[in-house]
Amino acid sequence: MNELVFFINNVVIAGSVSGSIYAIGAVGVTLVFSIMRFAHFAHADMMTFGAFMVLLLTTLFPTAGSAVGLPTAVVMLPLAMALTAALAVGIDRSFYKPLRAHGVKPIVMVIGSLGVTLMLQGLIRLFAGTSGQSLYVDDRKEIFRLALPFEGARAPIVITEPQIILFVLTIAAVVGLHVFLTRSRLGKAMRAMSDNPDLAQASGINTNLIVAVTWVIAGGLAAIAGTLLSLDVTFKPDLSFFILLPIFAAAIVGGVGHPFGAIAGGFMVGFAETLAVFNWSVLLRPFGDSLPEWLAQSGNLAFVGTEYKIVVPFFILVAILVWRPTGIFKGKVI
Amino acid sequence: MSTQREQRSDLVATRSRLPKRELTLFVALLVAVLGVYAAMGTAYSTRMLVEAACYAILALGLTIQWGYAGQFNAGVMGFVALGGFSAMFFSVPVNEAFWSSELPGELGLGLLYLALAILAVFATSRLDRLGVPRKLRTLITIALAVVLYLVVMSELRVVTEEIHSRVDFIGGLGLPAWTGWIVGGALAGGIGYFIGKVCLGLRSDYLAIATLGIAEIIKAFLKNSEWLTRGTATVSPLPWPTPGPAEVGFTLARALYLSLTAVLIAAIFFLLHRAYHAPWGRMIRAIRDNETSAAAMGKDINRRRLEIFVLGCILMGIGGGVLGSFNSLFDPQGYLPLNHTFLVLVMVILGGPGNNLGTIFGAVAVYIIWIMSEPLALFLMHSAVDIGQAMFGWDAPGNLDSRALQARVFVIGLLITLVLRFAPKGLLPEKVKHHD
Repeated sequence: MNELVFFINNVVIAGSVSGSIYAIGAVGVTLVFSIMRFAHFAHADMMTFGAFMVLLLTTLFPTAGSAVGLPTAVVMLPLAMALTAALAVGIDRSFYKPLRAHGVKPIVMVIGSLGVTLMLQGLIRLFAGTSGQSLYVDDRKEIFRLALPFEGARAPIVITEPQIILFVLTIAAVVGLHVFLTRSRLGKAMRAMSDNPDLAQASGINTNLIVAVTWVIAGGLAAIAGTLLSLDVTFKPDLSFFILLPIFAAAIVGGVGHPFGAIAGGFMVGFAETLAVFNWSVLLRPFGDSLPEWLAQSGNLAFVGTEYKIVVPFFILVAILVWRPTGIFKGKVI
Repeated sequence: MSTQREQRSDLVATRSRLPKRELTLFVALLVAVLGVYAAMGTAYSTRMLVEAACYAILALGLTIQWGYAGQFNAGVMGFVALGGFSAMFFSVPVNEAFWSSELPGELGLGLLYLALAILAVFATSRLDRLGVPRKLRTLITIALAVVLYLVVMSELRVVTEEIHSRVDFIGGLGLPAWTGWIVGGALAGGIGYFIGKVCLGLRSDYLAIATLGIAEIIKAFLKNSEWLTRGTATVSPLPWPTPGPAEVGFTLARALYLSLTAVLIAAIFFLLHRAYHAPWGRMIRAIRDNETSAAAMGKDINRRRLEIFVLGCILMGIGGGVLGSFNSLFDPQGYLPLNHTFLVLVMVILGGPGNNLGTIFGAVAVYIIWIMSEPLALFLMHSAVDIGQAMFGWDAPGNLDSRALQARVFVIGLLITLVLRFAPKGLLPEKVKHHD
């Protein structure tokens, strides 16, 4: 029983946490991909930027949270989302729009976004330093321990306050995005543009507005993802490429240009990562007597060590590119 | 015919006797190098030139991928690290403690198991030829692969931990450094083949994502395989193929190394120049500029792409080996995306993608700027702190130096975006030749 609790703590909860973060990040990447047709490499640093804004605001007003009863970081999140969205639109206006106007190939846009990612990285590290910092400046991380009502279950299920907030916010973001894309005029215009930009323009859709809206959504989602990631662990300014690969893998697995596929892909990558680093010998321990000796003896049955975690999204990426390059939900952009 | 040629005169390479642009830029570069020599001393400046030459090899590798063929490799760092590892592994003295124990046999047995496991999985993946349904075959193959992977890995883990705890690491082979450079090129080419095979038929963005990932994986592997590379403990010194500083003094030793790299660059340059103007080079450019028409002419697009990608990776592996030997230190953590991927990228797009001479110019010029920007960034940061303290009594945080160096990340990023916007063809653009 304790082994099962251990499994829930280390796989089910941890997998949903990283899955939600990847999902929110991948939705932003996939939206940009479907509207502007290039892989936006600066997304990870937009996430970091959002989290950094939260950190700044939290340090400025450390007591704002206790008035509402939530961690200050969460209270500051909408403001940080607005700032990150403004940053995304600003970056687009100053760096991507001129390139688009020249009609460059998508791969040149990719290089441009790498330039942007380096600029963001440099600025963030210049101001934030390179070491990790906690987003809980003034308040304390609540940890809930749920004891199970079973015989012999001594270890409780552990879940922290930011993780609960994370699940709530993920569900809210997904539902909000769904309503926006299917019900609102702008969302429908966006889907039209991702299907066929020329036709969308010809039928009177303001493509510049759609591009701006895409960046606002991508920036806002990036801020949420970055903040939740930093709330769960700590704010790390140098994560960039390590978070970028799982997010791209998630977007491609779900089918590029397919927001709900990206959510599924995010959870898939998140769970694959936690399952791969999970030590399976723990689950085998109760059956220790009935197992062959070599299997019972081995103390470490994880697929990869935690230091090789980044191999998992890469492996998924390669597998999906070989097996089904359009992604499991048949994305529109190949 | 003649009117047509007049219309395209802007595209045709000018046939002037004196290439003014090249001359001006290279004279300016020479002046800059001499300036560095005057300011920083001979030994330091020669070291800078050798490193710039190593980067020039990397940049040549990237220029054939990006400039000739339009493939964007965002993981130069990984191939450089592979080359550096190979140079280390081949040139470092033999570790007697390892070879005299029974560990080589155990390691060999583990590797044999690995080979057998791969063979078994490959064989099961061919079961459908014996009439097994495809779905069942896939299922069997995956299950077998998972089980064999776990078994072999736990076996290998025991051996490698034993090696690390008893004899530190397996040591090198004690061969001349150049053997390591060649094998490093081959290793990088092998990884490049795998990545290219998966990604080159798809959107060009996917290649960038995959190379970015493989670079981090290679780095993680080299960093965590203590039995093979000593990991974070680093290996030094790596012997040079030329007489070392201990024998002939710093300046002369570095000058000898510089002449070796110069010969290497000259050879690569000559071969690339010939390839570029050969039918093969024209075909590569045709594929880059108009894939559909090249395919309509019967060119095997994916195969040519793979060729050029692997060739570029090989050059990066060799360049990484030369750089690793020169640094005389193998430190997996010293490989950074900024220093080994994006710096090379800036060299290529600033110098002129597809133009070998421009690439070499870009490599040396950008490297000088890069090296000189470090003291400059520190100086600017310290003056800012002094001013801030004097005027506002600002209390500066302690880790300012590392933060000041981060400012260079910003500058590199800004440079990339500015070059793409204002000089997309670089300072020495590729010369498009038209034949009558």
